[in-house]
Amino acid sequence: MRLDDEEAATSCRLPISNSEIVKLAHGSGGKLSSSLIESVFLPLLGNDVLNKQDDAADIQIGDLKIAITTDSYVVSPIFFPGGDIGSLAVHGTVNDLTMRGAKPLFLAATFIIEEGFPIADLHRVADSFAQACRSSDVSLLAADTKVVGRGAADKIFVTTTGIGIIACDPVPASDRARAGDVIIVSGDLGLHGMAVMASREGLDLETQIRSDSAPLNKLVLPILQMGYIPRCMRDITRGGLATVLNEIAKSSSVGMLIEENAIPVDPQVSAVCELLGLDPLYVACEGRFVAIMDASCSDQFLATMKGFPQGAQARVIGRVVEEAPGRVVLKSTIGGRRILDKLAGDQLPRIC
Amino acid sequence: MKYQAEFRDRQLAEQLSLQIKKAITRPWKIMEVCGGQTHTILQFGLEDLLPSELELLHGPGCPVCVTPVSLIDKAIEIAKTADVIFTSYGDMLRVPGSSCDLLQARALGADVRIVYSPLDAVELAKKYPSKRIVFFAVGFETTAPANAMSVHLADKLGLTNYFVLCSHVTVPPVMSSLLEQPDNIVQAFLGPGHVCSIMGVEEYREICQRYKVPIVISGFEPIDILEAILMALLQLERGECRLENQYARAVVTAGNLHAQQVMSEVFSLSERIWRGLGPIPESGYRLAEKYREFDAQNEFPEVISERAESCICISGEILRGLKKPPQCPAFAKECTPETPLGATMVSSEGTCANYYKFKNTQIN
Repeated sequence: MRLDDEEAATSCRLPISNSEIVKLAHGSGGKLSSSLIESVFLPLLGNDVLNKQDDAADIQIGDLKIAITTDSYVVSPIFFPGGDIGSLAVHGTVNDLTMRGAKPLFLAATFIIEEGFPIADLHRVADSFAQACRSSDVSLLAADTKVVGRGAADKIFVTTTGIGIIACDPVPASDRARAGDVIIVSGDLGLHGMAVMASREGLDLETQIRSDSAPLNKLVLPILQMGYIPRCMRDITRGGLATVLNEIAKSSSVGMLIEENAIPVDPQVSAVCELLGLDPLYVACEGRFVAIMDASCSDQFLATMKGFPQGAQARVIGRVVEEAPGRVVLKSTIGGRRILDKLAGDQLPRIC
Repeated sequence: MKYQAEFRDRQLAEQLSLQIKKAITRPWKIMEVCGGQTHTILQFGLEDLLPSELELLHGPGCPVCVTPVSLIDKAIEIAKTADVIFTSYGDMLRVPGSSCDLLQARALGADVRIVYSPLDAVELAKKYPSKRIVFFAVGFETTAPANAMSVHLADKLGLTNYFVLCSHVTVPPVMSSLLEQPDNIVQAFLGPGHVCSIMGVEEYREICQRYKVPIVISGFEPIDILEAILMALLQLERGECRLENQYARAVVTAGNLHAQQVMSEVFSLSERIWRGLGPIPESGYRLAEKYREFDAQNEFPEVISERAESCICISGEILRGLKKPPQCPAFAKECTPETPLGATMVSSEGTCANYYKFKNTQIN
């Protein structure tokens, strides 16, 4: 609702609409990102597949069921403890395919490079990209390079598009969670986000935090092949665990009850978050995922996952419930309950 | 983790909860002064552990919330100046002025940067001598020493391009002001632990004696707050009104003398306008005359007139503990963290934002 100036002078003021220009917070993965997608893109570009907003689309081509996804990487700084923009661009897209039960096979990539970017750094990014492709068992089949003027990009932006073959039936999807299901996370939270943040200029933190950036297909595909197929899988990226859980709860029209004491958070991440007034449940990971599993086989699924090094810290963190569809409720460490909502914008460090 | 997990322990919380339930014989209203305490109470669902007779009132101790709109507008105007790098703690960026916020100003081209310490802003002043670096010095007595130090340092370095837009407020005058209101309903306070770690506790002892109200200086972890509630409740039940210090691991009687010294050198007391509460005499700091050249108000003298705030918003009554956010007709309707009508909806320490984020609905 907006009032014109004359009305505003005599009646109650309302703030101007925040959606008039794009702000950085529109990219944070929270409510503002959703509003951008729902108010601008989906009405113009939406269709039955896109509207599902899953990590990757699943489509049938002849006898083949394939998954396709695309993602852009604009991380700053481009080199951070535990990874860089090259490896991240491979892992992120591989993981989005994997979350739909697909075996990632091929990538296409675009490198947008800012004038003045050192060739040595470009070499380093490309080398890291290549190594990540090898360790993720994917091949780069098409690529493009663009150079833009100084200031038109921040050093280098990478976009990757991935294709994989879906090998399981039914296909895990965000709208398949059911009351009674068990919610599992594959490892400790917040490492990637805090590794990037701690290495940013202006934050003199000496930590050993390394990004968890890693391909999840080596962990997930063998478990799927054993027949343990989650109803839904989502990798925990931008917006953190809280955002992913809210998206699943909304897509599936179910509630969720999460036990805070069960959520694994790296102690250093927890300490830095505490220092800055941030909540680790909203911090990005790049090698962790949430699985929603039928309670009847969740024990076996968890035990199998724990057998892999990448899944050794997997934990049950809660369950899907009928009450309050679309809502995630957290039982805090001391036993009180509160809503675990999506973020309104970016997490802003607290004053005191 | 040391000093964190121990203070979030469920068993200990349940024991304290039981003691509180045993001790209470009639309804009481206790106000936690600090936004940080409000945040903990709602983040941990702490009220679920309290008896229904005990009501927590959420106080005015969120510096972001009480900063007047005119000052936010001034900050935005300064930030838009071509040769200015405007620096601020993160929370302030999303606080709505009368036409936009600092994040929006940044999106439109202003150079607005989040810093984690004012000393980072001084570094920027050294790095960019041709720019004017303005730091938005907001906060209670907790942030004041570092902000004072930044001015002291800029002076020592001979910097002429570092300025602070000062909006410091102090806790004791607002507590007195609340207690002097004819409609005051506060019966005891949980005192501001971090403020007291700087300023010591004597000012609060005076308030206890003058207004006959129990004050328990409290920490910020759930166990701290539960223990402080129990201490305050026992005083209320016994008819006592003493100052007690629950947060002894951080607060000593005299406070941090070195910090107090820097503050008294750089700042002088002044009247402040509190958003939602109005002017309170000697309730904040401005730069002392000696440091006038670092004052952004002096460097950027254009006056910004006070503009009307939303007439629906009841943040004044919320800051005084008279009303709870769901009693506001705009709460979670026109007013949300994405479109805040009043500043209590903005900061992570603001009562409305905390209610919206943590308590919007219930599930059993």
